[in-house]
Parts: sequence; C-alpha cells; structure tokens
Amino acid sequence: MPEEKVRILIAKPGLDGHDRGAKIIARALKEAGFEVIYTGLHQTPEQIVNAAIQEDVDAIGLSILSGAHNTLMPAVIKLLREKGADDIIVFGGGIIPDDDIPFLKSQGVAEIFTPGTPVSETIEWVKKHVKPRHKRK
Amino acid sequence: MDDIERIKKAKKEWEEKILKPHIEKHPERMERFSTISDHEIKEIYTPEDIADLDYMRDLGFPGEYPFTRGIYPNMYRGRLWTMRQFAGFGTAVETNQRYHYLLQQGQTGLSVAFDMPTIMGVDSDDPRATGEVGKCGVAIDTLADMETLFKGIPLDKVTTSMTINAPAAILWAMYIVVAEKQGVPSNKIGGTIQNDILKEYIAQKSWIYPPEPSMRIIRDIVAYASEHVPRWNTISISGYHIREAGSTAVQELAFTIMDGISYVDYFTREGLDVDSFAPRLSFFFDAHMDFFEEIAKFRAARRMWAKIMKERFKAKNPASWLMRFHTQTAGCSLTAQQPYNNIIRTAIEALSAVLGGTQSLHTNSMDETYALPTEEAVTIALRTQQIIAYESGIPNTIDPLGGSYFIEKLTNEMEEKAWEYINKIEEMGGMLRAIELGYPQKEIQDAAYHYQLQVEKGEKIIVGVNKYVIDEDVPIPILKIPDDLEKKQKERLAKVKRDRNNAKVKEALKLLREAAEDYSENLMPYIINAVREYATEGEIINTLKEAFGEYRDPAYF
Repeated sequence: MPEEKVRILIAKPGLDGHDRGAKIIARALKEAGFEVIYTGLHQTPEQIVNAAIQEDVDAIGLSILSGAHNTLMPAVIKLLREKGADDIIVFGGGIIPDDDIPFLKSQGVAEIFTPGTPVSETIEWVKKHVKPRHKRK
Repeated sequence: MDDIERIKKAKKEWEEKILKPHIEKHPERMERFSTISDHEIKEIYTPEDIADLDYMRDLGFPGEYPFTRGIYPNMYRGRLWTMRQFAGFGTAVETNQRYHYLLQQGQTGLSVAFDMPTIMGVDSDDPRATGEVGKCGVAIDTLADMETLFKGIPLDKVTTSMTINAPAAILWAMYIVVAEKQGVPSNKIGGTIQNDILKEYIAQKSWIYPPEPSMRIIRDIVAYASEHVPRWNTISISGYHIREAGSTAVQELAFTIMDGISYVDYFTREGLDVDSFAPRLSFFFDAHMDFFEEIAKFRAARRMWAKIMKERFKAKNPASWLMRFHTQTAGCSLTAQQPYNNIIRTAIEALSAVLGGTQSLHTNSMDETYALPTEEAVTIALRTQQIIAYESGIPNTIDPLGGSYFIEKLTNEMEEKAWEYINKIEEMGGMLRAIELGYPQKEIQDAAYHYQLQVEKGEKIIVGVNKYVIDEDVPIPILKIPDDLEKKQKERLAKVKRDRNNAKVKEALKLLREAAEDYSENLMPYIINAVREYATEGEIINTLKEAFGEYRDPAYF
C-alpha cells in the first residue's frame, strides 16, 4: 500500500492581503510531496476550521502579517477544540515578534516561523512533526 | 572604419588577449551574474551597446519629451523631492501626534497608513476587525476620526497622501469635508489617494467589489476631481505592491504601465477628455536592492509613459505626458536578522530613487520586519533622505548617470522586456482579462518562488540571512500597539453613532444605493453626503456591496 499523504491546509486568517509567504510555503510543501489546500485570503477563524475539518487535514499553517496573530491564532485553536478536532496541528508564520511566541505556544500553536526562515526548515519541521491524524492515536 | 567598429574590434582583442587569460588564472566568483530580478549582466558595457541610441530621440533634456532624464527642467536644483514618511497607528489621536512630530522634524508632506479594517471597509466594531484595529495603521470609521486625525494641521498648507484603494472614495470624501470644515475649499487642497484597484487584484489583494464596479467608482472619483478638486492626484498607479509580492523589476514596470494604459483607455471610452485627467495621474514604484536595475527601471518608466500618452492616447497637454512618481524603499528587502543592516539597505535603495528622479520618497525604518516603526527608527529613516539631499551632492546635477553605457543599455533592456509583457497582455484582451485568467498573478508567484529558491541555494545572498549569520537576540526596541486601543476606538465609534442623526444617515445611504444602480450617475456627491452625516465607512461599503457584490480570492498557488 502506498504511504498515505499528509494533508495540510495553508490558511490566511484576517484581513491582510500579504500572501507571498503563504503561497511560497504552499507550493514548496506541495513540491515536497504533501497534499496542500490553500484557503485564499480574508478568512475568518470559523471558515478556516470548517475547511480543515471538511478537507480532513492533518495540520493547518496560518500566515498572518497584520499584527493580529495574538487574536487570530488562539481563535482558530479554540474553535478546533470546540469541534473536537484539536488533534489537527497548528503552526504559523509571519511578522511575529519573538516576545509573542511564548504566548502563542502556550495557546497551543506548535511552532512559529519568523521572517527569514528558510522554506526548507519549515518543510523539515512539517515532515518531522505532522503525521496522518488517524495513525497518531 | 567608424568609432563603433574600432571599439568592437578592440573589445574582441581585449576579451581574447587580456580578459580570458586573466579569468583562467583568477576565476570569476559566479558562472553567471544577474540582477536581483535575474536579468543577466555582462562584465562591461561600451559604446557598442548603445550604438543605436539617439540622444534627442531617446533621452532629450529634462522637462522635455520623452523625459528620460527627468520631468522637470532643473529637477532637484529647484526643489528637492518631497520627503514623505508613511505613518499611522492606533486611533486618530495617536496618529495626529505622530504627524505633528514628523512635521516638526522637517517632513514636507503627510502620508496616511490605515489599519486593515479601514483598508477592507470593515468598521472597528465588526467582529472581523477583532485584533486588527489600529494595528498596522490608523483606524478610521467616520468623519469624526478624520477630524481628529488632521486636528491642528492646516489642509491648505500640507499635501496628504492616503494609501487607500477599494474604499478610496469614502476616505477622500472625509478629507474633503474635513478641509471644508477648516474653511479650506476643495480646489485648494492637494494630495494623493492610491485608488489603484487593478494592482489589488494583481498583487496587494485588498479588494472589495468585483473589477467592473470598482472601475466605475474610480471613474467617478477622476471625473469629480477634474471638476472640483483639481490639485488632487486621483490615482497612484502602483508597482510597489507588485514588486513586494515578488515580481521582477521588468514585471513591476510592465504591469504598472499596463494598469495605467487600462485606466486611461477606460476613462476615455467613458467620454472623459484625456487631458482633463491625465495630468493628475501619478505612479508609485519600489526601490529594491539592485541599484542600477532600479535606476534603469525609473528612467524607462518615464520614457514609456510619455510615448504612450503622446502617441497612443494623443494627449496634447505636455503635463499629460509626464510620469510623476513616488518611491518607497523595498520593505521585502529588509531582514529581521541584524536589523541595523536595514539602515544601509534603505540608504542604497533611496539613492537609486533619487538617481532615478523620483518626486517623493518614503524610506523604510530598520525595525519594520517586526512591527510599525518606533519614533527613533523613523527619524533615522528620514535623516537618511536628508543626508542624501544635503550632504551627498547627488542632487546638484540632473540625471548624473545618464550616458553611462551600462545605465543606458539597461534602460533600453527594461523597456524592451516590459513592452513584450504589455503586448502579451494586450493580445489577451487587456489587463482585466489577464487578471481574470490569473496571468500577472501567476507570473509574480513564479518570480517570487524562483527568487526564494535562489536564496535557499545560496545563488542570491542576503547578508545575515544566508551568509554572515550570527546568533542574536533582537537588539532593537519594538513598537507595541496597546490592545486597549481597540476598545477605545470602539467607544469612539459608539459615541458617534449615538450623537448623529440616524434618520439622515439612513436617507443618505438610501440615495447612495439608488445612485449605485444607475451606471451614469457619479457616486461622489452621494458618498460626500453620507460621510457628512457621519455614516460609517462600513455602512457605506455595505450599501455599495448590495449593488455591486463582492470579489473572492481565486486562491491559486
């Protein structure tokens, strides 16, 4: 049986339109062999969580460059919990000051990638930490 | 044998007898040298490369067609460029204080940065605005905020640039009414609204309505300005966001000029006389790290626009041929690592803008990969411009690089390659069709991805990121926007909603809704009317959405 592909949702919560990073990560993950779904811009946390459940993804990558990460990332995680889908791993990237990272991790964000991170580093992290959900149990 | 032939022969000899043996002993650092946009660069340029250059046809004199050397006869010997730092954060109260500070520091024009909810037409009390109010710009919901924003700033004395697109008509209406309340008539105010929706679909992605109704609103703004606000720059046709999204220099040039062509084409088809609006179109470019490529891009842009306006659109007023442009240094070139290095990057980029003949300039601050800049960081950025202006001697002569074999050749190459893109888009049926097909978007994505791969492979170097990396803690202070500003702004908005005459607001919105259905109506008077009654930005946007619908991200990657 061929190895099951890990599915990842790359999502852009909030109102900012800076999607250069999200698209580069989406494309790089796809080329690295993952199944990637991209939400497009201007998504609410509800839309993202619904898409994640509907698409049965194993992880969500959130890209935020508007400064609203402390609000939006925890909102996504809270909704995942409410819908019993908190085994979906959440990671994030964008303009995120180091000082905010401990808070985001305490809220359940698995990893934060800040500006200048090589794409290869993000891919390695995903390879290591994200496995198909139903095999994890 | 003429000069060029002699040089050609001599160069061949030099290559064989001098260069090649030298390289065999001392190999070059790279197999292929190219710009940051991956445009190949030769080891040397000579008169041979510009043998076809006709000085009067291709360059001419500053202030004369085709304006390659500059749009004004004496350029910076007369007036320096406008030093215009983009600023805004928190509520109108905080930003008003920053404006007073910047004006005291010698800044000569204002530039408003709005927060994401304002840019997207969402009020501060809307759930979608949560966490974003006042974060990356100032929050403006109603005329009351705009009154506070410009408190104590005489609008007949400063010019103001507002980076606003889909809701541009509304923010501009607020500005007109604030001026009116200060006793300044609309024909005395000056400034710029970005108001360039095409690049939103292509790159910046802050759209609201679909392209057709968006173009109609822009038509209404342009028509209203030519009659009532003649000193206003109605569209700032922007390459900046295209470049920041990852395009090459040529793509930035080509897509921006193609957007310009699309606007002029549309307005003239709508019956506007080209000379009635073209002098108020302006442009906005990025100044990236590849110094000469940028200078060539600016020079090519001026020449191309002049040809297009004169030859294609038959504009008669020479002011219609001029490409006036604002430049901002490249935000995407800044690094979070070793942030002090960003001061140097910005200085190099600012130099290219000045050598390229910009009319105004924003220099980024070193801390902007982290957050909005602190006052100290902004001051260094402004001082960078002032040092170039007053100490470097660069503004003493016009277009000092004109005539350089390399610069002239590169200017020609930028232009040729940009025309190839423009012709391709014309063949597709124009920019709106190309956007629908996702063409410019995909070209930019591919360029961004290509560059990222080059960085990862070490083919392109970013100091502090893939070379000379050190372990460090961020050594600079970061501006924190207090979270209670969102609460404060919501309270301000609630108070406005309590104090205004709601019946009049409702009536104004009803009239606007009706006008939106009639394509021949100009929406501006209706929007001004609604703004005057303290209708919120979100209320006006939602009213227009009922008529126009919404645009959704095609989301390809």
